[in-house]
Amino acid sequence: MTGFVGANGAGKTTTMRIILGVLAADSGEVRWQGERLSREVRQRFGYMPEERGLYPKMTVSEQIVYLGRLHGLTRAAATEKTAKLLDRLGLGERAGEKLEKLSLGNQQRAQVAAALVHDPEMLVLDEPFSGLDPLAVDVVVDVLRERATNGVPVLFSSHQLELVERLCDDLVIIAGGTIRAAGDRSRLRTTYAQPRFQLHADAGVEWVRERPGVTVVELDGTRAVIDLADGADDQELLRAALDRGPVRSFGPVTPSLAEIFREVIR
Amino acid sequence: MSTLAAARVVAAREIRVKLRDRTFLFSTVFFLFIAVASTVLPAVLDGGPSSVAVADQATAGVLQQAGLEVRQVADDAAAEQLVRSGDVDAAVVAGPTVLAMDDSPGEVVRALSTEPPVRLLDPSDVDPFLQFAVPFAIAFVFFFTSFLFGVQIAQSVTEEKQTRIVEILVASVPTRALLAGKVTALTLLAFGQVALIAIVAVVGARFAGVDANVLSLLEPTIGWFLVFFVFGFVMLATLWAGVGALSARQEDISGASAPVQMLVMIPFFATIFLIDNDAAMRVLSYIPFSAPVAMPVRLFISDVAAWEPVVSLLILAATAVALLAVGARIYEGSLLRTNGRTSLATAWKSKAA
Repeated sequence: MTGFVGANGAGKTTTMRIILGVLAADSGEVRWQGERLSREVRQRFGYMPEERGLYPKMTVSEQIVYLGRLHGLTRAAATEKTAKLLDRLGLGERAGEKLEKLSLGNQQRAQVAAALVHDPEMLVLDEPFSGLDPLAVDVVVDVLRERATNGVPVLFSSHQLELVERLCDDLVIIAGGTIRAAGDRSRLRTTYAQPRFQLHADAGVEWVRERPGVTVVELDGTRAVIDLADGADDQELLRAALDRGPVRSFGPVTPSLAEIFREVIR
Repeated sequence: MSTLAAARVVAAREIRVKLRDRTFLFSTVFFLFIAVASTVLPAVLDGGPSSVAVADQATAGVLQQAGLEVRQVADDAAAEQLVRSGDVDAAVVAGPTVLAMDDSPGEVVRALSTEPPVRLLDPSDVDPFLQFAVPFAIAFVFFFTSFLFGVQIAQSVTEEKQTRIVEILVASVPTRALLAGKVTALTLLAFGQVALIAIVAVVGARFAGVDANVLSLLEPTIGWFLVFFVFGFVMLATLWAGVGALSARQEDISGASAPVQMLVMIPFFATIFLIDNDAAMRVLSYIPFSAPVAMPVRLFISDVAAWEPVVSLLILAATAVALLAVGARIYEGSLLRTNGRTSLATAWKSKAA
């Protein structure tokens, strides 16, 4: 699963629309497994647009079947997959109701079903979790993980960085319409976040300001968060702290995705 | 999946939804009712030949020959009595004088009088009522059906825009397939409705015992009308879809569709008002927007050379092809602009993926 993050207006939705052929690219092309993306291949993608919408007057199952058929499924296959999927998403009992009768959360689940019904080879989901209650988030996360485990790449955008952090193996960070960073999450961490440490010493930590290669991020009496320059030795720093008195804790701080994000788009 | 297969799936949904739509069912039933009423009812209400009571033997013979239903009575008093009691429509008493209650019985009067010979220089096979009613019916059916179904095309396009499902649809199938499916479905439904009305009208006319001469004119007229209808409807169908795509909300449709409404309305009124003007009708029957009404009407009320409807149809078909392209371009250029009304110029210039 790949998380696609960026500030508002960074170009996430535009990128996804171009991938799905809803918008024409001003320049460049979309490639899939080394080949220029054709309509036939794209038809096997699953897409959940940022602006949600289904037919309000059609029943839930009827429109999921319809969308399945537009993706090339036969009527029988579409009907079968729809029933299974709606059950899985906890909408089985509401399948025969008109969409407009459902609560917003349930309409969201139906929207997820619309993107998944044809067992897509690739999933492009624009803010798939916005508007879902925590319970529904769990259901949808399970379903998406299941697909990802079966080898379906999932690209999704989200503002909820904790969620992205929890779900994603890979990250793409976009700002001002260009990709600022992309790749494995832990690699991004080491690339974009300088080694950061936290030190807690009884004798106070004011002295770290004087040490070469140390940038103080935060300092409060006996505690400090510091960045070490390349080549600066963390063990050296620890010894220096021990020389001054007891050290309660010392260790690397794992930067959160939010911090990486801030760092990358700076 | 090919564009064609996708268009078929789209069309199937449109038809399924429409067949469940109350407005559609109601309008079909309403039109059928009108068709039945206007062809069958006059014959049913027209109670056959007038009945007339008469005492005089010779007069009775004359009346009988004129095809009236004659009641032979003993004397004039008895005849008058029968009129008063409503048993007969009229009576002929000595004089001869014709008696009736409140309406001069034309048939009886004509049977007893000597009319001067009339020589019509340009005889028509059709009676004046039909000469007015048939063209009006044709214009009316074309106007209402193409208007109602046209607006429905626009609404169904706008609905997809307004509910934002259009982005999913466009991501799965080509825009052309969406447009083709919609236009095909609504054309089929509109044609189905019109054909049903036509069949009911023709069968009704036969059942009502309409003159064979009139039928021989009416049937080709209706046949040509059906052909013209399909082309005339398809010609405007993508334009309707285009204006639907220009509107972001249902409320915008009437404003956005005003130019297309004019294309339907002006020919309708022109045909109705200029029906007695031969030269004008000849022109109207070749202008593609009025041809679907004007040409069948001319076939009915005047002599038309066999090649004329064919040429007119070719012009119509060519225009339809051109307007299909125009409508498709507007549709594709504005379909994804979901924020507010799209101007015609923007739609025309923008290039879809």
